[in-house]
Amino acid sequence: MKVILQREVFDPGQIINKFQCDLKNVGAVVNFTGIVRNNKELNLKKLHIEHYPEMTRHSLAEVQLSSKKRWNLQDSLIIHRFGDLEINEPIMMVMTAAKHRHEAFNAAEFLMDYLKSRAPFWKKEFTNDGSEWVLSTEDDENSLSRW
Amino acid sequence: MIKILYFSWVREKLGISEELLKTKANNIKELIDELRSKDEKYKLAFADLDIIRIAADQKLVDIEYPLKNVSEVAFFPPMTGG
Repeated sequence: MKVILQREVFDPGQIINKFQCDLKNVGAVVNFTGIVRNNKELNLKKLHIEHYPEMTRHSLAEVQLSSKKRWNLQDSLIIHRFGDLEINEPIMMVMTAAKHRHEAFNAAEFLMDYLKSRAPFWKKEFTNDGSEWVLSTEDDENSLSRW
Repeated sequence: MIKILYFSWVREKLGISEELLKTKANNIKELIDELRSKDEKYKLAFADLDIIRIAADQKLVDIEYPLKNVSEVAFFPPMTGG
């Protein structure tokens, strides 16, 4: 299990291959990649992500451990970027490996819901008109309750 | 002494990312009241507590959380990761 926090862009394909190479006797690997998309006005210049490094590391390691126990995961990986990001670049990635697909899917969805509303990251959109912090949505805030 | 961290627009409204404070506050609520009494910037940043999230020693807590043995408190808006 690993949590990686980095400024640099990453190659999802390379990460998937490396993750799968290290696995033994699993039947399912799920991966999710979040991508920087343009805003409604289609004028996004860049996305900035701020985070609280000590808390991010602790909270993600903790939630990774609880997901491992709950869904009997063999392994999982969370990568999340911070700093300045361009449109179409990957923001984050979650990977889970388990014996069966339901466990791998559920664990990946749970980790995603956690990242959306409980991990200390904040997004700010920069456009030609200035910059604005992205507001949390009620859906994201409530999505963890289903677990 | 307690270390206080601010993130996102809370940091921008206050113009600082962290500070050390000598406080007599027993819990987070009292700490916020103390900060609000410091000056107008704090009153503005803490005007609506529904949109403020709090961490004590890097764990999410609520406003009634006691400050005994806490060395770091952070204030920030709802998170928008992922």
